[in-house]
Amino acid sequence: MLVLEKNNLTEEIELFASQYDFHRTALMPLLEYIQEKYHHIPDFAQQEVARVLDIHPVEVYGVISFYSFLNDQPKGRNIVRLCRTIICDMAGKCQIEQAIERELGLKFGETSKDQKITLEFTNCLGMCDQGPAMIVNDRVYTKLDPEKACAILKEIK
Amino acid sequence: MKHLKTSRAPISQKAYVPSAPENVDTIGGTVTVQINSKTMTVPFGTTILEACRMSDIYIPTLCAHEDLGIGGHCRLCLVDVEGMRTLQASCAFPITAPLKVKTSTIAVRKARKHIMELLLSEHVGECYACVKNGNCELQDLAKEMGVDSYMFGHDNVSKYPVDRSSYSVIRDMDKCVNCRRCVRTCIDLQEVGCLEAIGRGAETHIDTFMAKPLAEVVCINCGQCINRCPTGALYANDPSDEIWRAIEDPTKHVVIQTAPSPRAAIGEEFGLEPGISLTKELNTAIKRIGFDKVFDTNFTADLTIMEEGTELLTRIKKAVVDGDESVKLPQFTSCSPGWVKYIEHFYPEYLDHLSSAKSPQQMFGTIIKTFYAEQAGIDPKDIVSVALMPCSAKKFECNRPEMDASGYKDVDYGLTAREMAMMIKEAGMKLPSLPKSDFDNPFGLGSGAGLIFGATGGVMEAALRTVYELVTGREVPFEKLRIEAVRGFEGVKQSSVVLENVVPDWSFLEGVELKFIVAHGTANAKKVMELLKAGELYDVHFIEIMACPGGCLGGGGQPVPTNEKIRKARAKAIYAEEETLPVRKSHENSHVAEFYAKFIPEGPCSHKSHELLHTHYTKRGKFIL
Repeated sequence: MLVLEKNNLTEEIELFASQYDFHRTALMPLLEYIQEKYHHIPDFAQQEVARVLDIHPVEVYGVISFYSFLNDQPKGRNIVRLCRTIICDMAGKCQIEQAIERELGLKFGETSKDQKITLEFTNCLGMCDQGPAMIVNDRVYTKLDPEKACAILKEIK
Repeated sequence: MKHLKTSRAPISQKAYVPSAPENVDTIGGTVTVQINSKTMTVPFGTTILEACRMSDIYIPTLCAHEDLGIGGHCRLCLVDVEGMRTLQASCAFPITAPLKVKTSTIAVRKARKHIMELLLSEHVGECYACVKNGNCELQDLAKEMGVDSYMFGHDNVSKYPVDRSSYSVIRDMDKCVNCRRCVRTCIDLQEVGCLEAIGRGAETHIDTFMAKPLAEVVCINCGQCINRCPTGALYANDPSDEIWRAIEDPTKHVVIQTAPSPRAAIGEEFGLEPGISLTKELNTAIKRIGFDKVFDTNFTADLTIMEEGTELLTRIKKAVVDGDESVKLPQFTSCSPGWVKYIEHFYPEYLDHLSSAKSPQQMFGTIIKTFYAEQAGIDPKDIVSVALMPCSAKKFECNRPEMDASGYKDVDYGLTAREMAMMIKEAGMKLPSLPKSDFDNPFGLGSGAGLIFGATGGVMEAALRTVYELVTGREVPFEKLRIEAVRGFEGVKQSSVVLENVVPDWSFLEGVELKFIVAHGTANAKKVMELLKAGELYDVHFIEIMACPGGCLGGGGQPVPTNEKIRKARAKAIYAEEETLPVRKSHENSHVAEFYAKFIPEGPCSHKSHELLHTHYTKRGKFIL
């Protein structure tokens, strides 16, 4: 990271944490904020968060590693998560998977070269009655079939 | 004294333990509980585990530790509480209402055994080749639970590489059972924060920040995690193979110095009760192993007092008489390498407060390869200098690049009490039954002041005895030289002594109240540092800080297990041994005077002494690259 970017990030973190009086309860909202804006939480940001909230960096790292929606490594701007749990699997997850992989030329677990899309599996989304389901960024799509899935991905592409 | 709020977690995130009323006679102050067939009355809020221990009912525990907060991770302490749907972890169950508890029903026994078998299914246990073999809590518990087969399988394939990056602490996460004792030690007890549980569910493991090697994170090498690890997942970097090789080599002159704390604790490795000092037996064992000379670190502890005491008086003089604003007071002790690394990482802006005097170990290393080599007519390159220490951070300290004042690596190997005991056992000796023998000259005499360096407050007590007498010409005004104000295990101790009727040289100190603070454990060090930062310690002169709880006698190289009772017994042994010594003040040690006369005639804090006996520190900062 450039020094300028680092300074900006520090300022942002301090500003955000000041709303919470620099209490450690600001940790989750702060991490979500950084994740949303930068699509990952770099180690520099983790240490700044720890410094501002007066906790240890390893505790911040522990929290990030606990939540699937927080990442410490860079990912794409859009994250597509396809449910892999048994109900969706039986409802035809595999066809969706193959269709998406063909459409994007990308395997699950990978990020496109232009950092646009990351494909991932997820565990149950609670949409078992409407499977197969996937979640693109914050939006859930249900009752997928290959055409519908490809159409959704085209929109974000 | 005022304490700052440094607790890391809000109350909502801690296990709920209602505070017991101070007066147990008030209504609701006590609760009646029936454990098995025994009825007893306990204070409100006592956990079931504590209640059982009070009435001698045994409950197996793994993650619970006296020094640490409640964990509730391992679930081995399950008991049957009447009216509860499931079995409850007794360590995390406070009694707030009358209860009926059964500790040994068939369901409890079966659950405990299954939990044990589940723990073993993920523990890559190669017991014979493990450093903890024979002293392993997991091994003992497996035997106790009657584990006779691996019901859920047994992992023999390594999942994690062993982290050998640190000079001091080695992490073998294959052996880890996720009890989180090290996490609670590192974050809660020591407030260093380099280990934490990472991941979720079955993938949870203990790791450092961004899974970096231990040498790259803020680890201060205190080794407290080693002392509390119930398995062989954490252990000290053992140099005994190299030492054996040096002993076998006829061209090498192998010299060892022994610190007071391991001598008071090494008996525990041979099955003795804590609190029996084996100083002279250890000398015999060391000689029989094949070391050429055995010296007493107390000698350089006395030197440290001379140097550090002179430095303190010089600083005070500069500040008071010369009005020098750049002089930094209070002065911190620099004997504890864990503390030195802590301040380098967390408070680098206060490094000027740290005494520049080396620790006793490093002073001895320098002297052995300069003064002793000269006296004995041995080429320093043929000398292998070993230090028996209670400490894992000493292994790091002797590898610091600046520690080469003699032109060679001053101390070649730091050896812990556990590793020394292992060497003695390998040599086929039973330490407690060996004959006694003395230390070798020319450093054979160490004063009692040097000996008590091993306990928290010891450096302060030793320094006060010398400084007070230098300034006033009289002994410290305490019975049998016992300065009780700095003894004991309270986290932060503050006291003062008034200097009256001083000798003419120090007339500017007439009527000055010498204020000092003693703290042990880096969590307490943090409290002191925060007070200093807040500007509240402007009138304090001298602060002793030891990185480990209890001081060196609770160090990371001491025999396992450790708890407050054991540490107190060791302290008692050290203080008792001290009173039997003929010389109990550093400046009265005739060998120290002789050393100065022969080698550094200009005296303490002179140019030559600065070259050999003082060091400088590195501003590390806590940012992990």
